[in-house]
Amino acid sequence: MDRRYLLEGLGGVIAGAALANFTSFGARAQDGTTLPFANGERPLVRYPGKRPLIQLTARPPQLETPFSVFDESVITPNDAFFVRYHLSDIPLSIDPEAFRLEVKGKVDRSLSLSLADLKTGFEPVELVAVHQCSGNSRGFVEPRVAGGQLGHGAMGNARWRGVPLKAVLDRAGVQAGSRQVTFNGLDEPALPETPDFVKALDLDHARDGEVMLAYAMNGEDLPWLNGFPLRLVVPGYYGTYWVKHLNEITVIDHVFDGYWMASAYRMPDNDCACVDPGQRPTATVPIRRFNVRSFITNLADGDNVEAEAPILVKGIAFDGGYGVTDVLISWDGGRTWSETRLGSDLGRYSFREWRIEPRLPAGTHELKVRAINRIGQSQPMTPLWNPPGYMRNVVETVRVVAA
Amino acid sequence: MRNFLRCLAILFALTQASGAKPLNYVLPEETATLRPGPGVETAGVCMSCHSVDYINTQPPRSGKEFWEGEVKKMIKSYHAPISEADAKAIADYLAKTY
Repeated sequence: MDRRYLLEGLGGVIAGAALANFTSFGARAQDGTTLPFANGERPLVRYPGKRPLIQLTARPPQLETPFSVFDESVITPNDAFFVRYHLSDIPLSIDPEAFRLEVKGKVDRSLSLSLADLKTGFEPVELVAVHQCSGNSRGFVEPRVAGGQLGHGAMGNARWRGVPLKAVLDRAGVQAGSRQVTFNGLDEPALPETPDFVKALDLDHARDGEVMLAYAMNGEDLPWLNGFPLRLVVPGYYGTYWVKHLNEITVIDHVFDGYWMASAYRMPDNDCACVDPGQRPTATVPIRRFNVRSFITNLADGDNVEAEAPILVKGIAFDGGYGVTDVLISWDGGRTWSETRLGSDLGRYSFREWRIEPRLPAGTHELKVRAINRIGQSQPMTPLWNPPGYMRNVVETVRVVAA
Repeated sequence: MRNFLRCLAILFALTQASGAKPLNYVLPEETATLRPGPGVETAGVCMSCHSVDYINTQPPRSGKEFWEGEVKKMIKSYHAPISEADAKAIADYLAKTY
């Protein structure tokens, strides 16, 4: 792993204290960026192991990926990958040799697994999968709602490597009558009374063979702020389930009723997962799979392009794991649509690149992009609204001027 | 200060356990500060659990109902130890200042 930013042992602590002072000087001369919604001014802050990222909050850290990164590569680099914590007392000192993952509850044999146990005692698996915050793009929601006011940068696509959760559960021996599996990490609340961040999956989902205990990302150890040394990867599901610094797995015989499942991260219990703006849902369910999304990555609002000459328009699309089959583009505001060419298929949970070279007549054009997945799901032309501002997936529009 | 205390705690732990090699991570310091306004001192309690940018980045001029809801959420869901009177003062400050 890259240890340039990881300071070891006693000397490291002292060096770390000194470094904290230097970083505070660095932060004073920081650059900024403006997300395109009211009160969208944000500092760009360089955290250890990260390039300058859009800082939403400092304690706990919430960092957004600058959108231009998504045009650079289909895999999001580790140093650009977004960061989202809920609780302030995040782990700042971890001994990888002493780290243990506890597997307990309704199992025949409780396990206490070291990183070495996980890396050598199980057959490793790899999967490219999109990780996306439930509230990605919340800053664009109208009427505005409370919560992290994010642009589109709380998502990323990485090649995860680890152990299937199923293999670990099988070794522990799940007992008959078990219902769910809960996941807890090293992060803790500032106040002991604040609910600890614990998430749950139904047992069948936990044992589907795809949910992964990941120790590596894009060929390196997990970045510290992305859950070093171990995190849950729940392909196709919103990031809230992807518990970081994962050290405790508990099999239970009931439906988990902790705050972060029973009260937070819940969607209206209807087909659109939406309500009329300003209304409250009558019934809710835990948030689940990603809906379909697509983005133009190489053109930004207000860009000028050459008229009557082939111009490149490209971007990314993804869904909750059925696989994107078509990406359509319109340059007349949605009246007519053209099929784009899809890039290489890195798996049904990955970003899928697409491109097209249209000739645009002179004038202003509303470019719109819309993806369709294998089961026919697509994106709405007008935004769907829900009180927490989750799951935004409206057809995105980029206005360009051809001259 | 908080990081310094944490470093001291780690130092103590290290002297107790030989052979362990913890890796450490140092966060940049917080820079955001509360906007001045009546009630800003009372609102300082918010920072015991999170940085100021949680407030600063919310939609502008969201109004009294919005901020009352947020303060209530902090007390009810996250068990912030805030009295009824302070909750009202904080919501008033946020509604007027943000």
